[in-house]
Amino acid sequence: MSKQTQGNYVPHSRSRRLLGPLFAIACVLATLTGVVVLAILLGSVLTTGLGHRPGRPWYHLPQNLWDLGQLMVSLVSKTPGESAQTTGFRVGVISSLWLLGLITLFAVPVGLGAAIYLEEYARPGRINTIIQTNIANLAGVPSIVYGILGLTLFVRGFGFKSFALGYSIWAGALTLSLLVLPVIIIAAQEAIRAVPITLRQAALALGATKWQTVRDHVLPAALPGIMTGIILSLSRAIGETAPVLMVTQASSLLNPPRGPSDQYVPLPLEIYNYAKYPDPADQTLAAGGILLLLVLLISMNAVAIVIRNRSGRLHRNI
Amino acid sequence: MGRVMSQLPRPTSKSRDTNLWASPGPWRRLEGSFAHVFLVLCTLTTVLTTVSILVILSVQTVQFFRVSGVSPFQFLFGSDVESPHFGILPLIWGTAMVAVGSSLIAVPVGLLSAIYLSEYAPRRVRSVLKPSLELLAGIPTIVYGFLALQLVTPGLRLLLNPIGLDVEQFNALSACIVVGVMIIPMVSSLSEDVLSAVPQGLREAAYGLGATKFEVSTRIVLPAALSGVFASFILAVSRAVGETMAVVLAAGRVPSLSLNPLVSIETMTAYIVAVVGGEEAPGSPTSLSLFAVAMVLFIVTLSMNIVSRVVLARYREAYV
Repeated sequence: MSKQTQGNYVPHSRSRRLLGPLFAIACVLATLTGVVVLAILLGSVLTTGLGHRPGRPWYHLPQNLWDLGQLMVSLVSKTPGESAQTTGFRVGVISSLWLLGLITLFAVPVGLGAAIYLEEYARPGRINTIIQTNIANLAGVPSIVYGILGLTLFVRGFGFKSFALGYSIWAGALTLSLLVLPVIIIAAQEAIRAVPITLRQAALALGATKWQTVRDHVLPAALPGIMTGIILSLSRAIGETAPVLMVTQASSLLNPPRGPSDQYVPLPLEIYNYAKYPDPADQTLAAGGILLLLVLLISMNAVAIVIRNRSGRLHRNI
Repeated sequence: MGRVMSQLPRPTSKSRDTNLWASPGPWRRLEGSFAHVFLVLCTLTTVLTTVSILVILSVQTVQFFRVSGVSPFQFLFGSDVESPHFGILPLIWGTAMVAVGSSLIAVPVGLLSAIYLSEYAPRRVRSVLKPSLELLAGIPTIVYGFLALQLVTPGLRLLLNPIGLDVEQFNALSACIVVGVMIIPMVSSLSEDVLSAVPQGLREAAYGLGATKFEVSTRIVLPAALSGVFASFILAVSRAVGETMAVVLAAGRVPSLSLNPLVSIETMTAYIVAVVGGEEAPGSPTSLSLFAVAMVLFIVTLSMNIVSRVVLARYREAYV
């Protein structure tokens, strides 16, 4: 009897027991590639950026960190000069900070407004679907196409001289604002959607108008999520090179821009201008610029992650 | 029911007097409608962006075909990129090479790491790994381009020169490697979302029949999520197609139709960068050709995005 019922069952237990862990190990290794790549990337940039300093091995950390700090300070404070020792990224850093400020000014209110409209005001229907699909597709448009848009629309004013902004910070900031707008909208929509409906119902039941409900109750509750999304998108805008390549003219400037209608060279573009030459001195400078850029971006990202983790704790209390 | 309603006290004039509720005053109403108008304008900005991209690209593309006298057929299938001919087949070839090569790296690695995150990883590990993937996805592409020049190409030379293969300073292979590594976080994060959406009941049924974790992951979850995983691949590849700086720095600017990945190629994006850097007078055929190439790029990435979104939407309907 037992023979007959077990007839079709072949356990293959050895191969099954072997294959499972092997696959699991492959999966873990694949996940770790990210960490490995990040380590290689930082290591390569650090060694190239610090140049070939004689003597000290890498594990003398305090001394090396001191050197690194000095390098950063000198890179931030100097403008392009004749030799590699006197060159720095002051123009790039100041240009990028100008861009950051103006993009925040343009993209954040508009993106937030669109997200509020789509989540709180728009009625579901065909037009709403079209707008949503459009935003999702805009987020997938290659950044260089936004560069072309900015070049034609903002730099050249679509052929009208009076609208043309020229190769100024205004044009660059507007171009990058359009680039990050869809990303900000999508992030803010998700944050607003996560606010419980009961909050809105309570406010409306007490007689608040729709706008009062949104402004005083929904937005504050969604704020941490919105902030995280905004910071992540802004850090993406600051790291973009391809679109600003299309909307800047100068390849290098001696003096940093003093106002938003001046010419500018953002940090990623300065890095590109050094990185494209194979000369070791240029490569060292490019690595230094990348260090500055990464420090800027990683600190922005860290702030975003901290805000998100805190809000997670808050939500659990509600 | 009707009787109960009729027994309720009817609102009398007296109860209306003691009503504490006041309708929103004129100022509140004005504020509300101003806000409404502002929000609508914000939303319209996105529509205007799309419209202006479409208008600019199509107007200038038509202008390009008029000024240069090249027919659309010659433009798409000609093999000479230089000025009077404007055949962009080598550029399309270069772009396709980077897209295929980078997905050969990103798809297997990204998929395995998605399976790990969704099926194997404990919750705490996952809560650390997910944000770090995001961090990785936020690294500017110029950094990857620098990595290609500084590390990948010298590495390839070290490996391949001894066996008699000549690696050029700018080559397609190193571009494929860095772009592939660059889109791994995207593949794994998108696929992880898709895999996690597979209903828990399917997994439990398989475990109940005595399947191992490996069998559940590869024979139950993966087939169930296949269309969604496929959609996430397309989305990631469309990112590789539109990628600019890493490709410009790693693959160079020599258009070629060769299958050899060790020589320099030129992609559509690299061509656009080259034309902009070349200081052509606005209105010349060369400067207008940039818009025609961008149009092709736009159409390709847009259709990939649309296909992927349609597949994903169907997938969500099947499970959620």
